[in-house]
Amino acid sequence: MKTLDELRKIREKAQQDMKLRDGDNRFKIVVGMGTSGIAMGAREVMKAILDEIAQRGIKDVLVTQTGEKGLSSMEPVVDVIESGKPVITYGNMDIAKAKKVVAEHIVNGRVVNDYVVSTDK
Amino acid sequence: MKFYRSHILIGIDDTSLAAGVKEFEALLLSELEKNKLADEINILETGTLGLFGTGVSMTVFPDQVTYVNLKIEDIPEIVAEHFLKGRPVSRLALKAPLKKHYDFNYKNRIVLENSGKINPEDINDYLAAGGYEAWEKALLNMKPEQIVNEVKASGLRGRGGAGFPTGLKWSFTAPIQAPQKLFVINADEGEPGTFKDRLIMEGDPHKLLEGVMISSYAVGATKAYIYIRGEYKLCITRLEIAIKDAYEYGLLGKNIFESGFDLDIFIKIGAGAYVCGEETALIESMEGNRGNPRSKPPFPGVEGAWKLPTVVNNVETIANVPGIITKGAEWFTGYGPDGCSGTKVYTIMGDVNLPGLCEVDMGTSLRTIIDEFGGGIIEGHQFKAALVGGAAGVFLPLERLDVNMDYNSLREYAAVLGSGAVLVMDERTDIVEMLYSVIRFFRHESCGKCSPCANGNEMLYQLISKIRKGEGTQEDLDNMVVIADTMFHTSFCALGQSLVMPVKSALEHFRADFLKRLKIK
Amino acid sequence: MYEQIFGKYTPEKENLIYILHEIQDSDPQHYISEETVHLVADYLNIQPAHIFGVLTFYTMFSTKPRGKNIIRLCESPPCFHRGSEKMLLKLAEMLKVKIGETTADGLFTLELCACLGVCGNAPVMMINDDVYGNLTEEKLESIINSYKGGK
Ligand SMILES: Cc1cc2nc3c(=O)[nH]c(=O)nc-3n(C[C@H](O)[C@H](O)[C@H](O)COP(=O)(O)O)c2cc1C
Ligand code: SF4
Ligand code: FES
Repeated sequence: MKTLDELRKIREKAQQDMKLRDGDNRFKIVVGMGTSGIAMGAREVMKAILDEIAQRGIKDVLVTQTGEKGLSSMEPVVDVIESGKPVITYGNMDIAKAKKVVAEHIVNGRVVNDYVVSTDK
Repeated sequence: MKFYRSHILIGIDDTSLAAGVKEFEALLLSELEKNKLADEINILETGTLGLFGTGVSMTVFPDQVTYVNLKIEDIPEIVAEHFLKGRPVSRLALKAPLKKHYDFNYKNRIVLENSGKINPEDINDYLAAGGYEAWEKALLNMKPEQIVNEVKASGLRGRGGAGFPTGLKWSFTAPIQAPQKLFVINADEGEPGTFKDRLIMEGDPHKLLEGVMISSYAVGATKAYIYIRGEYKLCITRLEIAIKDAYEYGLLGKNIFESGFDLDIFIKIGAGAYVCGEETALIESMEGNRGNPRSKPPFPGVEGAWKLPTVVNNVETIANVPGIITKGAEWFTGYGPDGCSGTKVYTIMGDVNLPGLCEVDMGTSLRTIIDEFGGGIIEGHQFKAALVGGAAGVFLPLERLDVNMDYNSLREYAAVLGSGAVLVMDERTDIVEMLYSVIRFFRHESCGKCSPCANGNEMLYQLISKIRKGEGTQEDLDNMVVIADTMFHTSFCALGQSLVMPVKSALEHFRADFLKRLKIK
Repeated sequence: MYEQIFGKYTPEKENLIYILHEIQDSDPQHYISEETVHLVADYLNIQPAHIFGVLTFYTMFSTKPRGKNIIRLCESPPCFHRGSEKMLLKLAEMLKVKIGETTADGLFTLELCACLGVCGNAPVMMINDDVYGNLTEEKLESIINSYKGGK
């Protein structure tokens, strides 16, 4: 049980952490893990990203999950977020594409345009 | 995060490197800076744009204009014309757009504002997004009556199908003095073609919980239940995590924020029965019974689960509540037309390029929903029909494509918004087959309690099967309407009353499909 | 038997559906036997007939033994429109069973179900707790095969 004051502090801290997390890490990779995403292979995509990052010894990338954005036909969907830049949303991902995004976008800093479905914020 | 009005994606590959793309990029940037556009327009490097032998090329978003074979001399013209005046330089642009980029419309979202952005299993993510501020405000600074009035003023109507004004529903139960009142979330979501509630629960479970907290407080319920269909495994898991975290953070339990108010939230699960979405059947199911509907009155708001006053609301309805509390009723009425305020989540599927869902202003036209958010009809095909509102919905023909999707506008066409499901069918679709599938669904889901529905469904199923086999007659078509009408007038609950809409609309607008199948033409 | 499951729930009728789900999930043949009904009736102090009524009302429950993996193919209008019938034929052919039957090796039971809320990816099916979307005949083969390896 937490008091209201504690809750407010947690919220403030969470907001700061959010910024810090973005600051500490060059990239944040967010995999859409709703039922549609999972039905289309999001778990495998998540695993491929984690494997590729581990294999390449990349340390400054945060990988996390989220729900669905609503574009079922483009699942699995993966966001790559770099602070100060627009969110790049990749769609119809699979294991090979996930590895390529890590290699091209995360390592070389080049957006893999072929897989981009949205560049909205 | 910075907001850019445009993004330029520059392709970096062997050809463009050979053509001097790096120098081009640097000069483009300085030209943008010169024109004070560098804060508005963002340059991004990408791999190959997939255009071979085109030298330096780039795509501008959201305009989706792709320029090819660019020279350094072209820079001033592009910046002056395209970026300052908004007129793409067609001389340099590729004729066909490269790829349609999708707009998720997050700017305009309320109930799905966080889904697809935050981690639904981390309460801190929700807090960081301003979560539970509404709960704090409601509990500490507002009286229950004030909340009921605010929701009334917002014009929020139930998103479960019937569109009943939410504030009004609450105002029946709030004043009742009872030892225990209950608040129940209807998360049974069984209407075929509907998955909006699933996205809210999977993508932002805390938003639903915050809505439940405020709503329970408003009606004076100290116990709340979320009734989820058994098939929604991920929703159940994520809500369980969310509830556990909410207790840990003191958002639930006894004497919350030392206000003297207690609230517990429980999950109840279903086991596969569409009729359990009907609120009285849902209550039966919650009590551990078969899901047979009860008679109304008494309405659940007066005598519901375990005979206690019970308010039942849909997931999407209640996900709107936190926003209304923090931003006020007036903010909410800013969305959608008079009498149907707010946004609505529409699910789009069938013969469209991009099936999925969108959250847009209530009253957006069916055409916009299909074309803009569903990506339009599949290449090379034409629109034939849309089944709007789920299986209990209406088949709409081309002439109705401009109808506004809200409760009132649809009623003019004897149609309903229902759950907001839009099943799009192109010219290859046989409406006889679709109606068969709809009737088969209802036949299977009828609970069997009353004979108009139990027998009516069976009779309709026999007739449509006969027509499918090419053995039907004109009389069979007429009989289908008579049966559906009779079911509408005499069925015990809304399930049996629902079939009249798909049956009548299919036969009215797509009669030709049926005539083709008859024995005697 | 079932003490562990019963221990999680107070002996009240409202917990019936939860208890039945848990027992059925933990049963290797994914069903509720007559014997089980009586045990649950005793625990909750309700009539066995009430439990039979509930079991037969909800499609997720079975009173007959089923296979190791339960396939539930969606047949609601949006999936029907995108070819669920064809998927049904393919599954029936691959598994050599009709709707409601279990394969000879006891690995699969084939069932139909109503909308699973994943219609954007129609046609859709669920195997146990996992959902599979945008099904095609080829995809069905590889999915079914992946369960044959003992998954
Ligand atoms: C057969 C039938 C199925 C229904 N299914 C659902 C459902 O899945 N979800 C839902 O919220 N409402 C469903 N409803 C409507 C509910 O009875 C009820 O009106 C609704 O939950 C009230 O919430 P609202 O006012 O927030 O819309 C269904 C109604 C009928 C007749
Ligand atoms: S109308 Fe149908 S679902 Fe409703 S009570 Fe009658 S038989 Fe049951
Ligand atoms: S219709 Fe099959 S999942 Fe909805």
